[in-house]
Amino acid sequence: MTGFQRTIASLGGAAGLAAMVLAITDLGTSGIGLILGGILLAGVGLRHRTGVMPQARLDLAASLGGMVLLLSMLDGDMPAASWPLLIACWLVGWLAVEKSLAARDMSPTMSSIVSLAVPVFFGAWIIFVWEMLTVGLQVPTVLLPPPSMIAVRFAESTSILWADFQQTVIKAALSGYIIGCGSAFIIAILIDRVPFLQRGLLPVGNFISALPIVGIAPIMVMWFGFDWQSKAAVVVVMTFFPMLVNTVAGLQATQAMERDLLRTYASSYFQLLLKLRLPTAAPFIFNALKINSTLALIGAIVAEFFGTPIVGLGFRISTEVGRMNVDMVWAEIVVAALAGSLSYGLLSLLEKQVTFWHPSNRRKIQ
Amino acid sequence: MTSKTTRSKVIEAEKLGLTFDANDGPVHALKDVDLAIEKGDFVSFIGPSGCGKTTLLRVIADLEHPTAGSITVNGMTPEQARLERAYGYVFQAPALLAWRTIERNIGLPLEIMGLSAAEKADRVARTLELVGLDGFGRKFPWQLSGGMQQRASIARALAFDADLLLMDEPFGALDEIVRDHLNEQLLQLWKKTGKTICFVTHSIPEAVYLSNKIVVMSPRPGRVTDIIESDLPAERPLDIRESKRFLEIAQRVRTGLREGHSYE
Repeated sequence: MTGFQRTIASLGGAAGLAAMVLAITDLGTSGIGLILGGILLAGVGLRHRTGVMPQARLDLAASLGGMVLLLSMLDGDMPAASWPLLIACWLVGWLAVEKSLAARDMSPTMSSIVSLAVPVFFGAWIIFVWEMLTVGLQVPTVLLPPPSMIAVRFAESTSILWADFQQTVIKAALSGYIIGCGSAFIIAILIDRVPFLQRGLLPVGNFISALPIVGIAPIMVMWFGFDWQSKAAVVVVMTFFPMLVNTVAGLQATQAMERDLLRTYASSYFQLLLKLRLPTAAPFIFNALKINSTLALIGAIVAEFFGTPIVGLGFRISTEVGRMNVDMVWAEIVVAALAGSLSYGLLSLLEKQVTFWHPSNRRKIQ
Repeated sequence: MTSKTTRSKVIEAEKLGLTFDANDGPVHALKDVDLAIEKGDFVSFIGPSGCGKTTLLRVIADLEHPTAGSITVNGMTPEQARLERAYGYVFQAPALLAWRTIERNIGLPLEIMGLSAAEKADRVARTLELVGLDGFGRKFPWQLSGGMQQRASIARALAFDADLLLMDEPFGALDEIVRDHLNEQLLQLWKKTGKTICFVTHSIPEAVYLSNKIVVMSPRPGRVTDIIESDLPAERPLDIRESKRFLEIAQRVRTGLREGHSYE
């Protein structure tokens, strides 16, 4: 165990001890549960000073147990002892993560479980603390609703959310993304082939990328109507330039020696393109695809603020915020966040498959 | 000498010159180079950096264009020869494509030539064995050592199966032990295949050990100062480098290099 881990353990134990003392002095409101919780975490944290039973899963279990205890007694009037207990749970949970990440002798499956569990655990913690603070400190729900309230609203309005998701993500963002990235890719290849276009089109692309979305969106509504087509057009404008610039840069990334090599084989332009230049450009292209996946979503949502039929993530956010239904706004944000993370994750996965040879990905094969 | 006159000329250069236009005036990379290389020769080009030895090789390969004189490769212009795929070229670095396995890297030129899959697999297997890399075909280049990578790049040039092999300091970046080993293998390969090999180097022992003809070059302007025919026996164990004849030839190369080089 490192000195750092020992410090976390001691601090966690001390916080557990403090919770126990506070709960005893204020027995009427705290109840026996908080005393036992304080004793548990103090014991688990401080046992590291003695070196008995050092397993990380003991720390994890204590941390989760404390969390369940705190959740079970969660209401608007939390006893004072619950706050040091929250800190103790956090420190001991942190310790468990530190220890499992540092463990050397792990089987491959175990280590992949750990690497998957850590971000899940981390996310759960953020939601847990969010819930504790908003409910325990009685934060007005208009400012920040607790996660439980958002979850309930989400579960109640799945049909509306699904319709909004289809309208904004599938119809507007995805079609705009495909058209924008696809056309930029083709034009990048043309630019690379024809020097005249390189002089003429690249500055125009630069110009388009500088246009503000709040200016484009109403114009696109005039051109393509209120429905998703105008939002897709905004997304095309937004995604075009990053893809263009990255693909052009990627196509120029080959080394002189590699080009000479294919020249000695008397390879044709298309052979050179397919066998050398596009594979070399792949990391650049994936970069643009990943940047654009989030840009497309933002573009489609914001574009709906400027005229839309009565469906869509952006429409719902702007109207529900006006009706003070902040929980619905958060439910829509959850949908957008899930869609964004999912597409980004899928693209990253695909990127690892295609550019496995790139120095940043090599470790996994060797 | 009689055998020589019957051999056909692979490369013939006359008054060959190449001038680059730099900011501070023209640079004479090559000037008045006369050269004849016959079929089956192992020719080393040796000289200090800037003497144009790599440029000369690149002119033969049609990677640079001469500005004066004439040159033919297999009786054609270098461009025709390149389009006919008359030579294999080995660069200073392996230049293997990282996303292809060793097998598929060696198969790359064959793919571009449009050979059938069976023919390709056969040639790849054959050349892998020739350079002693059998069993490594499924590896990626970055999983192999530098010496193995360079051998793979030689295999790639051999798979091409052209009669002419152009090698530009192929072992320059390798340590001496690996280099000795690859030199030995290259000699055996030359004997086995009877290819014409043009080999650029700046190591005197390497040039003398490998070649039957050594072209000594000097810089500013890049030109040929001496052409030495080596009469070392075809069978060359590594310790031939301590023999009297070897040292005499090496001495002559060294003198040629010194004469061509000005220290002003």
